[in-house]
Amino acid sequence: MDRILFGDNQFFGVNHMSEEKARQQLVRFKETSSIIRVLDDAYDMGIRTFMCTTHDRIGEICDHMRANPARYRDFVYYPCMPYAHKYANSVSQVGVLETIQRFSTGGVINTLVRGAVGAVTQDIYALMTLLIDAEMKRFEGLNTPVIFIQNVVTDLLLGLRLHPVFAEFARYVQERYHAEPGFITMNLPLLLGALEEVGVKNPIVCANINKIGFRMCGGIEAYVEALRNRRCRPIAMSVFASGAIAPAQAIEWVCKLEGLQSIVFGASSPANIRHTKTLIENAWGLSN
Amino acid sequence: MANDRWNESQSERASRLMRIGIVGAGKMGLSHYAIANALPNASVAAVCDTSRYILSVLRKYAGIETHTSYEEMIDQTRLDCIFIATPTSMHFECAKHALERDLHVFVEKPLTLSASESRTLADLAAQRGRVNMVGFHNRYIGTFREARRLLEAGALGRVTSIHGSAIGPVVVKQQASTWRSRKAEGGGCLHDYACHVVDLMNFLVGPPTKVFKARMQSIFSRNVEDAVSAEFEYRGGAVGTLETNWSDDSVRKMTTKINIQCTNGELAVDRQELKVRCGTAFDVYQEGWNTRWITDLQEGVAFYLRGEEYTAQVAAFLSSIRSGSVVHENSFASAYETDRVLDLIARADQAAA
Repeated sequence: MDRILFGDNQFFGVNHMSEEKARQQLVRFKETSSIIRVLDDAYDMGIRTFMCTTHDRIGEICDHMRANPARYRDFVYYPCMPYAHKYANSVSQVGVLETIQRFSTGGVINTLVRGAVGAVTQDIYALMTLLIDAEMKRFEGLNTPVIFIQNVVTDLLLGLRLHPVFAEFARYVQERYHAEPGFITMNLPLLLGALEEVGVKNPIVCANINKIGFRMCGGIEAYVEALRNRRCRPIAMSVFASGAIAPAQAIEWVCKLEGLQSIVFGASSPANIRHTKTLIENAWGLSN
Repeated sequence: MANDRWNESQSERASRLMRIGIVGAGKMGLSHYAIANALPNASVAAVCDTSRYILSVLRKYAGIETHTSYEEMIDQTRLDCIFIATPTSMHFECAKHALERDLHVFVEKPLTLSASESRTLADLAAQRGRVNMVGFHNRYIGTFREARRLLEAGALGRVTSIHGSAIGPVVVKQQASTWRSRKAEGGGCLHDYACHVVDLMNFLVGPPTKVFKARMQSIFSRNVEDAVSAEFEYRGGAVGTLETNWSDDSVRKMTTKINIQCTNGELAVDRQELKVRCGTAFDVYQEGWNTRWITDLQEGVAFYLRGEEYTAQVAAFLSSIRSGSVVHENSFASAYETDRVLDLIARADQAAA
């Protein structure tokens, strides 16, 4: 796993600090070509891994990469699924069963008669594989060595105490995609306990880790302790706490954490990408 | 407070596991389920829903007791409280039944579809001494709470006008029929969406005395409104406007904003950012414009699912049960005030038509 990963919030109007800024970003990245330009900037600076939500528009980015294999030879995707709003809106509109049918089109479910859907979906593991396959379809032929569950789903499963689903997810992505499972969470200490309980060993986990403890449930102390003492491969996200911490301070603090494996960050301008990358490289003593 | 249903002392109750029942396992029901279950000293004991599919999945994988009737669940299971997250039209009967059996009750917003039913529930809850809360989660967001603190302290002078708005991409094309597209069950922008803004405006400046103009407009929906606008008048002469539209896909998700003008300043607030212009310095605020962000205004929670506010409200509800206090944010009485305004909006719209 690379130590510096590139995130995608800036492309899809996600900004935890300002709704106005989120809207400006949505406008700026309306065209997929403008997203690709930023990815090119990051890639040309040596950031090869793109941690991306399985947003509808990611398909167009994948198409572009597939069409230019030489240009993107070392490009790596870490898909993060699902893009929850898509499902949540759909569940509110048409209900759970209809949603499953809606989003698994093109998958196995098309071959099933409508009446059989109920039977398949009684088995949530079978259902999960259908949804994973549907989400992974757009990444066909691309390099996806780690596949993540988004925090809203990870944390929902955690709260419902459906921990065996984590193990089943891990098994399936290893078997079907030869990928490692990843788990995004806002409740890292609690999640690590649950993963251990169901036998997911040395997991790749991604959580908010920042100097001010923003969205670090369980508290900074518990996080620092977990990073130091638990066998896991943690990726820090939201290291700037959406801009609440000055970049140099933020990176200095997070890079000192014992046990931290990688940092994922998002930026839109070449100057900002380079600045953050340099800060991390200097703090960790990585060579360019 | 009325005798406890299980004949125990407050200290016994404060230290043991809270037993929770969930009525309605849709998006909000499952969200409350997960949050309550993850909090210390609380556990979901039973779930009720009409979908046998959902119930069979929960029984099989979460090992939870399930029911298809809430009466049966309440009568057969030892519970301290229930969370009601059914279509709105069912809230009244279900909450009434639970209160009559001395359960503490959390109801998803809005409380009911009529102010008079909401009043009945508020009175019943007070009479039985049960903790009663409605899921207007915006009241637990740090930026809105700070705005209210400033207004209550009189830091900006007297309120002269308030503008509340919400836009989002809920119904952006014609769609299949669910309870949300049926007026009688609580569908439509007024009860399902605008209620949040009305409640937030009530939270910040108190309920209006008069709704003197309102329009409800269908954009894509056939049977319900997709946009609601209204004009309010407040005690003391302040005026207000409300604008909501859930058929707006210019944003990624529901975006709620409140602007308030005062005699000695103004503020603009959303879930992430609070901008305040102070006529005179107050507390940490300097004269002129100040901006504060959620990163510094939101208290942490023990478990995060979709936003701190969802956990904060569940935690506040459970902690009121433990402490035996029925004074808390989002009581049925406060939600009644919101439903009363919604009634007035619907009536003003009919009058205009």
